[in-house]
Amino acid sequence: MTVRVQTEDFDAGAEIAAIRRGNPKIGAVAAFVGLVRDVNDGDAVHSMVLEHYPGMTETALDKIVAEAKERFKVYDALIIHRVGELRPTDQIVLAVASGAHRGEVFAACEFIVDYLKTRAPFWKKESTQDGTRWVEARETDDQAAARWEK
Amino acid sequence: MTVKLLYFAALREQLGIAHEALALPPDIDTVAGLRAHLIERGGAWQSALAGTRALRVAVNQDMAQPTTPVKAGDEIAFFPPVTGG
Repeated sequence: MTVRVQTEDFDAGAEIAAIRRGNPKIGAVAAFVGLVRDVNDGDAVHSMVLEHYPGMTETALDKIVAEAKERFKVYDALIIHRVGELRPTDQIVLAVASGAHRGEVFAACEFIVDYLKTRAPFWKKESTQDGTRWVEARETDDQAAARWEK
Repeated sequence: MTVKLLYFAALREQLGIAHEALALPPDIDTVAGLRAHLIERGGAWQSALAGTRALRVAVNQDMAQPTTPVKAGDEIAFFPPVTGG
């Protein structure tokens, strides 16, 4: 179980290799990579700054990973989330889940990302030609997370 | 009785402050009470914290509700809905 918050980029292939190394019981690994797009709400985005709440961020991500392991039959799960200044095409977040079969790892990976988007204390500030603006939370993200409510 | 208050993202910019130590009046013992106390400062505090504005609060780095208790030594953070991922 690993959670990392960092400014540096990550290598999804290396992380997937690490999570499955030495465990012959793993039959499936699902991974999600979130990226910075060059457009949001109809405006060109030049860059963005990701702010977070140091301490709570790691705790919140730890909880999400722990809950994913409780809910789904997964051997391991990983979240890496970047902070600081990012530009279009940059990687923002990596979520990985490993297990015996695809159904559980797909679900676990989706659960992790849905919960991360509504529960982990990160905020995006975009830079467009009109200046900077804070990204508004989306109701569709709340709906996506609500699907997992028991 | 002192608490540590933190403000993040758009809220931090609206209030012009990232953190402060606050001597909490003894009759304030919940998140809702603390929010009302801060709104009484008026100005930016009122416009940023009052009404039905979507605000999240964490007490000791755990997401809280209006009824969540607050006590001396707590770290209480106010912030807008999160937008990571």
